[in-house]
Amino acid sequence: MSAHTETSEVRPVTLTGRVSDAMSRRPRLRLAGLLGLPMLWLVLVYFAALFALLITSFYSVDEFTNAVVRTFTTQNFVDVFTDPAYLKATLRTVGIAASVTVICIGLALPMAFFMAKVASRRWRNLLVALVITPLWAAYLVKVYAWQAMVQPETGVIAWMLKPFGLSGPGYGTTAVVLTLSYLWLPYMILPIYAGLERLPDSLLDAAGDLGARSGRTVRTVVLPLIYPSIVAGSIFTFSLSLGDYITVQIVGGKTQMLGNIVYQNYTTNLPFAATIALIPVAIMVVYLAAVRRTGALENL
Amino acid sequence: MAHKRLFKVAAVGALAALLATACGGSSSGGGGTSTQAEPPKLAALQSLGTGEGQVNILAWAGYAENGSTDPKVDWVTPFEQATGCKANVQVANTSDEMFEKMGAGQFDVVSASGDSSLRMIYAGKVAPVNTSLLTNYADIPAWQETQQWNSVNGVAYGIPHGWGAQLLAYRTDVAKPAPDSWSVAYDANTPYKGKVTVYDSPTDGLAMAAVYLMATQPDLGIKNPYALDQKQFDAAVKLATDQKALAGSYWSAYTDAQKALESGSTVVGSTWQIIVNLAKADKAPVESVLPKEGATGWADTWMIDAKSPHPNCAYLWMNHITSPPVQAQVAEWFGEAPANTKACDLTTDKTHCDTFHAKDEAYFKQIWFWSTPQSGCLDGRTDTTCVPYSEWTKAWSSLRNS
Amino acid sequence: MNLSRPARWGLGTAAAVVLAFVYVPLAVVLVNSFNASKVFAWPPKEFTTHWWKQVIGNPGIREAVLTSFEVGVVATLIALVLGTLLSFALARYTFFGQQTLSLLVVLPIALPGIVTALAFRTAFRSVLGVELSMWTVAVSHATFCIVVVYNNVIARLRRTGTSPQEASMDLGADSFLTFRLVTFPLLRGAMLGGALLAFGLSFDEIVVTLFTAPPGVITVPIWIFQNLFRPNQAPVVNVVAAILVVLSVIPIYFSQKLSGDAGHAGGRL
Repeated sequence: MSAHTETSEVRPVTLTGRVSDAMSRRPRLRLAGLLGLPMLWLVLVYFAALFALLITSFYSVDEFTNAVVRTFTTQNFVDVFTDPAYLKATLRTVGIAASVTVICIGLALPMAFFMAKVASRRWRNLLVALVITPLWAAYLVKVYAWQAMVQPETGVIAWMLKPFGLSGPGYGTTAVVLTLSYLWLPYMILPIYAGLERLPDSLLDAAGDLGARSGRTVRTVVLPLIYPSIVAGSIFTFSLSLGDYITVQIVGGKTQMLGNIVYQNYTTNLPFAATIALIPVAIMVVYLAAVRRTGALENL
Repeated sequence: MAHKRLFKVAAVGALAALLATACGGSSSGGGGTSTQAEPPKLAALQSLGTGEGQVNILAWAGYAENGSTDPKVDWVTPFEQATGCKANVQVANTSDEMFEKMGAGQFDVVSASGDSSLRMIYAGKVAPVNTSLLTNYADIPAWQETQQWNSVNGVAYGIPHGWGAQLLAYRTDVAKPAPDSWSVAYDANTPYKGKVTVYDSPTDGLAMAAVYLMATQPDLGIKNPYALDQKQFDAAVKLATDQKALAGSYWSAYTDAQKALESGSTVVGSTWQIIVNLAKADKAPVESVLPKEGATGWADTWMIDAKSPHPNCAYLWMNHITSPPVQAQVAEWFGEAPANTKACDLTTDKTHCDTFHAKDEAYFKQIWFWSTPQSGCLDGRTDTTCVPYSEWTKAWSSLRNS
Repeated sequence: MNLSRPARWGLGTAAAVVLAFVYVPLAVVLVNSFNASKVFAWPPKEFTTHWWKQVIGNPGIREAVLTSFEVGVVATLIALVLGTLLSFALARYTFFGQQTLSLLVVLPIALPGIVTALAFRTAFRSVLGVELSMWTVAVSHATFCIVVVYNNVIARLRRTGTSPQEASMDLGADSFLTFRLVTFPLLRGAMLGGALLAFGLSFDEIVVTLFTAPPGVITVPIWIFQNLFRPNQAPVVNVVAAILVVLSVIPIYFSQKLSGDAGHAGGRL
């Protein structure tokens, strides 16, 4: 990048000038300067913390004081893998996360498409603002709003369905999926919208000129092009649902997800909680590595 | 290229691992062995000095009301005015939460129940109390002081606050006839299937199941619901697992339990008196009863953090909360028996202490107060080992997810 | 694109349905802020402005907003510096580990909140022996806000290319001058957009905050959390939410204007 011209006779005299000069002659030094601080932060603050937590899964607890005993043991892993309840919890959690993702995609696609391609420019900004605004109504408030909605017998949904003789979903997995889809929907709409916005209209016109009708154009031209955006949105809906434990407690009734197990056990049995925490971490790392190829990470 | 990347990741990993293991860790104890022999040596406060201006209180809901729940219910503001110690109250929902938060000096005092108090003592999270500095200590009946859960070798680690039993709450308009047995919450043929609520605590959930088994399966030989050998433990876990099909919710925040009772999604279930009181105040048809099989309960003790930054204010608070007028207020608000029996003359409802058996030592000894299960059986059996607490939490997690 | 009329109508209806789905619960929140029932019973039988009056005079919420603001500003500043540095490094240079790094920087936000929260808590209390304070909260927030700034800035960097900087240096300016007069103005929009998003993220964060905040530090989400557990106080939460939503229109509008044209990175980042 450095394209200093051959003015080597003019040596910089100010301190900043000299530093700048030295740096431009040594790209690696520049790089180190740029990377140094963030890397230090991420590695020392975050990854060391993460590692410290995950290493704990190989330890055990003093049964009485709940202090962590630092002797290496794989007992926690044995416990997690041999008890079918945890497999059930994992499948349930992944299932919920997947359902939420699918629902979000289903709702976001038409919305984003409308916003990007059908709505006029004036409306577009308004629509984006309307989509972003709910993000500022605090998470807990929205969950409790849904509690008010799904409450059996006295909830809003129950009230709306009563004339039809139906009852609402009540607390449970359905309520959890509905609430989580509601919470993360903006995080799915926005990347898809951004992706669609970047899509030049000329491509779509060209497809039309070549004889494709709207449906075909969407299927063969639009979807493949915004696929990375969809995947980008799915990273959030999936990971946010995977680790959630608060929503489940409030609208989930008896349902439990992996996050709840971690929350319940971290005070009395931190190593065990760490082992359970490894499950969603592993799932997400695999997921991220897999989607990296699709270029979704650049579309976040 | 791949080699280099692998190398880099491995290097980062090794560095972090080195950091993790090298930087020992304090709360991740000094590789604590089961130090049941001796709790760490900590000194009690020698003399009471002037207040430090602040006190951080970790309490059960309803124990330290400062007017925010109901402007007429406030015994914290008078304390602040009298002592100049500004009180920051934080509510904890479970004993585990309390256990985790104490010991670092973030809080000065905690109202610990028996299933966390002894653990706190042995973990060195709380310090012994100097009973001569506690003005009301002498007024509390001896059968509450220096008990198995709040003292070690005769050294007192706190001052009792009050006690009560886990009760069975029920909707009077749906649960007819009025239940008097836990069978409505455990029996597979209960008419209230799907509308039972259970307190979401491993200790209480499994011990309660054990109490029920004491009455329904006496051949299991359970003498103390917190001292369960493997066979008894498995039976309790099975009962709690079967209960899942009957349960509609597991509550930990008392407001959720209250909401559920008021809306009717809970018809019967485990509760605290304060929940029933609040629901009744909202005109909901709710009542409570202590079932015939007995119940688990809690005997709470105010303890002082080993690293308390405001020890003087802490003692001032402990004196305040155990004084007769305040004890009367708390006991009536929460719905429990006050530790200080002198409060019985000061309650607005003159029958309060009778209802809650505050002076009844025999009744007190019947309740199975929350304790920490240990492998050295609490009922004194030496021919077998009992299941320790960490296994209880795992079993609870497992059954909640099965 | 030429869409048939039925297709346009279909999409319009779908959009309307989605918007309804998004706003009905918020409407419930608004209505419940006037609901006399303390347990959010529906339909409301009695209406009252009691909760609104409670909030206006409540010192607790004012302090909470201040605390949230302070934490948010600190976290955003840290994230701005680190995120910008990182995006320069990854946009302008190639080095081994680059791909891994861009993956690693997403982790704080991609991993489940409770894992990040627990990791930080263990690190602060056990490994570093540091007491929890407002700074621990800000540090934790900053860590997952980095990627928000990073994504915005790197998108802009990739679009502007290196020619302006090269031209500036050809004309004799050193790196610092170049940055000040050439690069920074180009990036300003993206940095501001990223900063606003980071601030929003920090403001609404609950899980990590719960685990890394000491009892005295109460941010708005924690205040809401605590009040929802106070039996007679729960409805004030609805009022606060309604106010937050209304007030948020301003920063949202600004962030839209700033990042709208040069192609913002949408999504959570």
